Amino acid sequence: MNARTPTLRAALLGALAAMAAALPGAAAAAEQDEIIVQSTTSTANSGFFDQVLPQFEARTGIKVKVVAVGTGQALRNAANCDGDVVLVHAPRAEADFVAKGLGVRRHPLMSNDFVIVGPAADPAGIAGMRDAAAAMARIAAAGAPFASRGDDSGTHKAERRLWRAAGLDPDPATDRWLRELGAGMGATLNAAAGMGAYALTDRATWLAFANKADLRIMVEGDPRLLNHYGVILVNPARCPNVNAKAGQAFIDWLLSAEGRAAIAGARVHGAQLFRPAEPQEKTR
Amino acid sequence: MSEPASRPAAEQAAAPLSGPACGRPAGARAADRPAEPTRAAAARDPWPVRLDRVSVRRGGRAAVDALTLRLDPGGVLALMGPNGAGKSLTLRLLAGLIAPDEGAATWAGRPTPPRGAVGVVFQRPALLRRSTLGNVTHALALAGAPRRARRARAMALLAQAGLTHRADAPARALSGGEQQRLALARALACAPALLLLDEPTANLDPRATAQVEALLREVCAQGVTALVVTHDAGQARRVADEVAFLHNGRLTERTPAREFFARPASPEGRAYLEGRLLL
Amino acid sequence: MQEFTDAFGAAFALLASGDPELAEIVGLSLRVTLTAVAISCLVGMPLGALLAIARFPGRGAAAALLNALMGLPPVVVGLATYLLLSRSGPLGALGLLYTPAAMIIAQTILTLPLVAALTRQTIADLHAEHDETLRALGAGRWATALTLLHDGRFALTTAALAGFGRAAAEVGAVMIVGGNIAHATRVMTTAIALETARGELALALGLGMILLGISAAVNLAAMALRARAERAAHV
Repeated sequence: MNARTPTLRAALLGALAAMAAALPGAAAAAEQDEIIVQSTTSTANSGFFDQVLPQFEARTGIKVKVVAVGTGQALRNAANCDGDVVLVHAPRAEADFVAKGLGVRRHPLMSNDFVIVGPAADPAGIAGMRDAAAAMARIAAAGAPFASRGDDSGTHKAERRLWRAAGLDPDPATDRWLRELGAGMGATLNAAAGMGAYALTDRATWLAFANKADLRIMVEGDPRLLNHYGVILVNPARCPNVNAKAGQAFIDWLLSAEGRAAIAGARVHGAQLFRPAEPQEKTR
Repeated sequence: MSEPASRPAAEQAAAPLSGPACGRPAGARAADRPAEPTRAAAARDPWPVRLDRVSVRRGGRAAVDALTLRLDPGGVLALMGPNGAGKSLTLRLLAGLIAPDEGAATWAGRPTPPRGAVGVVFQRPALLRRSTLGNVTHALALAGAPRRARRARAMALLAQAGLTHRADAPARALSGGEQQRLALARALACAPALLLLDEPTANLDPRATAQVEALLREVCAQGVTALVVTHDAGQARRVADEVAFLHNGRLTERTPAREFFARPASPEGRAYLEGRLLL
Repeated sequence: MQEFTDAFGAAFALLASGDPELAEIVGLSLRVTLTAVAISCLVGMPLGALLAIARFPGRGAAAALLNALMGLPPVVVGLATYLLLSRSGPLGALGLLYTPAAMIIAQTILTLPLVAALTRQTIADLHAEHDETLRALGAGRWATALTLLHDGRFALTTAALAGFGRAAAEVGAVMIVGGNIAHATRVMTTAIALETARGELALALGLGMILLGISAAVNLAAMALRARAERAAHV
């Protein structure tokens, strides 16, 4: 039976070899100085990190690993100590995160703005409006389809603020034109393109988004559409696994002149993605 | 063909096939057999094999009904009877494959057969997806035969079964008769004292049947005791020394074969041989 | 339809350019999935065989549970693995979250029930055929299990391939526990999800085609090996 049944033995050997091959990869990761940044899809999908991180890594040798999820999930993951730095865009939730002792301190980092996009046909007639809340009210009045993130992300929070500013509280259960997707920004834009719906998106994602179909920017420039990003070191006193030194180095670099220049220099199709925040009074 | 005559395997093919081949028999464990430490063969002897008023219930009725049967070394016993008489169940009881619901099955007074002492051949050979040789060496491995001894022993068994030239062929590609001879060789792997065969030729043509019967006669001539379940009266006539007739789970008679076919003692046996319906 | 043409173009361009990032992603995908399937086979096949062979109270319930676990959504497995491996979870100290090891663990949890359940079915059929013969030959439970696993080895390649298919296609679990980190835990399916989110539909579809090609290649290789082994002797 031995010489004649090579298959089982070969399969076993193959399996062992595969496992052996898998182990070094897992082990090697721990040796290098690295941090995990819990961040949002808007920063990752727009290519922002792809342009900024290599500069930091070249300068410090610290490797930055970005997990891109919604702001809500990024903060929850960080609350579980699964990450060293949070880089998100929901100032109120971030303040809450720090107040609970989960993060050390929120540093205003950068901003861009939200835009309301919609189909070229513009059934609600909002193209060119400056008042975002009024535009949202008009969409609701027209019953024109609106694709909502519905995922407790920073963008979703911003959208709900706009509905409230318009004096509305639409409910997807009864207001059928409001389509809550429970999806990321890209998936929501894909759906909006497919349904001919309006949507609120951050400009960075929009600029980099390739499947615009006949979606156009309808409303921009309202101060309420400003989108602020903050960066927070996860509290090492609470999460001993946090690489505080490298994490703080990353934050310090982002806030430095070099980091701010890197942020300002990140572009897609020639357009600037984010504006660095004004330097604060010296942090810490 | 694949086995040059000069190889040790071929030399051993001529060696007697009786005697323990399967490593340490279960009975050799000191606790089991403190009295006779030397004679390994004796430790594996199942004699007498006894069923004492055993019953097996199947579907609410006694398929084997307070049956008493004793087997001693020597000869071939044919177990005959109509369908549903309980022949196959009786064979499984004797093999220790099923436990009686009532009564006791014993081997040399013990409740289980000594390891390797009873070989079984079923109606369907149930061969593994291995080579012909591999089926026998694997049986030897299962029985605990030392690795070095398996191949030679298996080749000897295949030689006896007339399958040497098919040793490397896939077992499932053998003809029906070859498959059943292989099943027989496999059952003989541990040189059992008792060989139980359940309708071994029911699916075979006359020529293949004759070959299996010839092999069986040869094995028995070497000292193996056999019990054959069959409803082929011709087969019983050809191979059996004795006939036990079973009807409704009961033994109606146990008679020397010549006598049974001349003058069955029980009315059931007579009716069966005359082709009458048994109720 | 334009998307499909573009996707073909994108797939071809990626392959033709010999993009090192693509090679990295494909390599990690194969490493994670094949390792998970190998572990699932090493553990799940003996487990399935014993479930088919052993008689014990609760055996039916165990088989039903196994079948139910086959239908677990990858996201649920990913979430459960995340909670286990999270720094604040019971295994957090291992620091495995967002590593390939975490992805292997999640995919093992995902594929093991499938491999075990399919093995159980295969071995149960073989057991019905061989049980008496093997017991008559003196085989115990483990020997019977190993004998039947060997006897069913060709049929069992199907179980392994089913596990591979489930692992190679899933995105929910590896996304959560791997994090889709560039150059660290990005695999084919998470890359496809990312390109979809970026609206790069043709590229996403092109990656999907490459994934399909890899899956087909693995299946063909397994089938060819199986056919060769079957021809070699045993049938």
